[in-house]
Amino acid sequence: MTMTAVGTPGLLTEHDDGPVRLSHDPRRLLILADEAGLTGRGGAGFPTYRKLAAVAAGVERPVVIGNGAEGEPASGKDRALLTRAPHLVLDGLVLAAEAVGAEKVYLYVPADIAPALRERAATRAPRVTVVEAPDTFISGEESAVISRIEGRAALPRDKRRLVVESGVRGAPTLVQNVETLAHLALLARYGPSWFRSRGTPQEPGTFLATLSGAVRAPGVYEAPYGVPLGELVNLAGGPSADLQAVLVGGYHGAWLPARAEVPVSRAGLRQYGASPGAGVVVALPASACGLVESARIAGYLARQTAGQCGPCVNGLPRLADTLIQLARRDRDTRLPGEVERLLRLVAGRGACHHPDGTVRFVRSSMATFAPEVRMHLAGYCTAEGASDV
Amino acid sequence: MSERLHIDWTACRGRGLCTELLPEMLDLDEWGYPLPRQGLSVPRALSNPARQAVGLCPRQALRLQTEAAS
Ligand SMILES: Cc1cc2nc3c(=O)[nH]c(=O)nc-3n(C[C@H](O)[C@H](O)[C@H](O)COP(=O)(O)O)c2cc1C
Ligand code: SF4
Ligand code: SF4
Repeated sequence: MTMTAVGTPGLLTEHDDGPVRLSHDPRRLLILADEAGLTGRGGAGFPTYRKLAAVAAGVERPVVIGNGAEGEPASGKDRALLTRAPHLVLDGLVLAAEAVGAEKVYLYVPADIAPALRERAATRAPRVTVVEAPDTFISGEESAVISRIEGRAALPRDKRRLVVESGVRGAPTLVQNVETLAHLALLARYGPSWFRSRGTPQEPGTFLATLSGAVRAPGVYEAPYGVPLGELVNLAGGPSADLQAVLVGGYHGAWLPARAEVPVSRAGLRQYGASPGAGVVVALPASACGLVESARIAGYLARQTAGQCGPCVNGLPRLADTLIQLARRDRDTRLPGEVERLLRLVAGRGACHHPDGTVRFVRSSMATFAPEVRMHLAGYCTAEGASDV
Repeated sequence: MSERLHIDWTACRGRGLCTELLPEMLDLDEWGYPLPRQGLSVPRALSNPARQAVGLCPRQALRLQTEAAS
């Protein structure tokens, strides 16, 4: 993968001016986050200020966790950040910990990059404990992160109580994506007006995008929210083939037609049922079959259920099998109805949002590739090089 | 204050009593798991059977929460 830094200062530029301190008033970070309008970069886009404030308001001393698990196969931005600019992540982690008065601070990352980060973290105060994330899709889900930090398997838990109220061993817990933490570090250095100078008034700032598929230079790029899809693809060298669709937001995201003018922001993507999520963009060439690709991803998602909740464990494989039948051009006109029935059956019925993310993805597949669905049901495929599943 | 039934899906093993005690609220899906008919808000009239279901679930997978807390 290649990386570029757009403008300076950026998330992936190799500046290191030493740790930032807001020493006289660590809680000022909350005000900065609020004024900047910073939102989480881990997928859900929740306002960071509100999480910081909720955790800081707890009675017990909180725990702060930097989440760098990045279980999403099409995403590489957290790894890029943790290897190119680890100081920003550690700065942000320490700033957040000081702001909420945390007692324990953790950094949760894939095993292969843990040693280097452990070495770097050793030079910091307060102490940052580096914990290894297993290589599964759901290992970065916040309650799975908490289970792992507690020494158990990285499996999601029932969320009768919010993590910000009761997380690691019952303490108020802040789980923040590592990119969100890096933004906090830059925000502490350069301030909210600098932060707001990019992006849109409603969705300020930049995000790290991971571009893959039919682009000339796949990799991680920093771009402002609202960037037109075509410009974002051009950052990655432009399309390497005619594009028919793009998957935005990753495997829990949504397909949309490859229209260059679509703004990559929550507002711009809403009409497609999509959102920037964690910044994943996969470009699908016109030569590929969208249904085959969707069935492949649905199969992956089904295999990644954590095996805990009945409707997810039973429903996701059924959903994937039905999509595979569609992709294979089984001439059974009941298949789209069966997909819709299964989507309704699994939605909202799990301890984590894995079923809901899968529902979003499959629903967008059926909508974006509706003409292909009709062709397949008649036994044909529109893709040039269509191969069987 | 209205109540809401919370299902801990990691604990529920299906085929249980809840769908029998609360047929107005819960259907059974094809795998034997409770399927909310219309959300999980508990109508006042079903408050008692809901409490019973919570108490009798062999997996302690059910809880009653006040609507605001959920
Ligand atoms: C199945 C699943 C997997 C997730 N994986 C990750 C992940 O790998 N990294 C991450 O930061 N957030 C992940 N999340 C989101 C986290 O639950 C959580 O919202 C996030 O870490 C909060 O950080 P943020 O507010 O800074 O975005 C995942 C969520 C789900 C439902
Ligand atoms: S909803 Fe699925 S992925 Fe999430 S905890 Fe339950 S079984 Fe695991
Ligand atoms: S009684 Fe409990 S374990 Fe049985 S189906 Fe209902 S919730 Fe699940």
